[in-house]
Amino acid sequence: MNSHVEMEHHRGVLIVRLSGELDHHAADFVRMDMDEAIMRGQVSHLVLSLKHLQFMDSSGLGVILGRYKLIHSKGGKMVVCDATAPVKRLLEMSGLFKIMPLYDDESTALSDLEVAL
Amino acid sequence: MTNSKAGNFMNVQFAARSENESFARVVVAAFVSRLDPTMDELNDLKTVVSEAVTNCIIHGYDSDPEGIVTISASLDNETVHLTIEDQGRGIEDLELAQQPLYTSKPELERSGMGFTIMENFMDEFEVTSEPGHGTSISMKKTIVSKKALYN
Repeated sequence: MNSHVEMEHHRGVLIVRLSGELDHHAADFVRMDMDEAIMRGQVSHLVLSLKHLQFMDSSGLGVILGRYKLIHSKGGKMVVCDATAPVKRLLEMSGLFKIMPLYDDESTALSDLEVAL
Repeated sequence: MTNSKAGNFMNVQFAARSENESFARVVVAAFVSRLDPTMDELNDLKTVVSEAVTNCIIHGYDSDPEGIVTISASLDNETVHLTIEDQGRGIEDLELAQQPLYTSKPELERSGMGFTIMENFMDEFEVTSEPGHGTSISMKKTIVSKKALYN
């Protein structure tokens, strides 16, 4: 497997840190890992850290949009942070920032979400 | 430095399995590396290869690993020509398929951005398809890093 998902619960916020490559092959594993954590835990909001994601294509966009819909349907917010330049370009092209804010790092994302809690 | 890059080419065929997507990206990146592309250019090429190969697997062959994906690449001075094709089901409505955000497989959480990304990341992009016979995507990109260095 060429993609890794590290997760941490922090006061109702699920922090997901992706690393490696998020393509069609990795998408199913990442999707299952994230959905399991979202459904099992007391998750209100989701912070997706892309700091260590080395590669992403439109399959990754699909995973992000799918998790957005899931969190949104539960009344929560999803934000992304720490996107590298190429990943950011892809997110911009897809119009993702119209529905999901981008933060510089995890702590700014968290403090903004906790204000909204 | 002598310029004897014209005429260089490579062809590779592999099983339509998702684990080969990273292989496809790496093999094209390695072939193009002699043009000394920037990180951004390399990332663009890897992304379009990933999009095209994923399309072959998911849409061309409906995830049947018996399918074969073919990548042909050639270098013409600083220009990379890429052709990525399958002999799968083909595309009925090419215009619709190229609409941003359109996907024929929303149940698979596809974003519908594949063709849009390929068009944006490459200088030239053309898709030909014959229903029942397969789809071929031809693309070109000129690697500008060296020119920029010399100017």
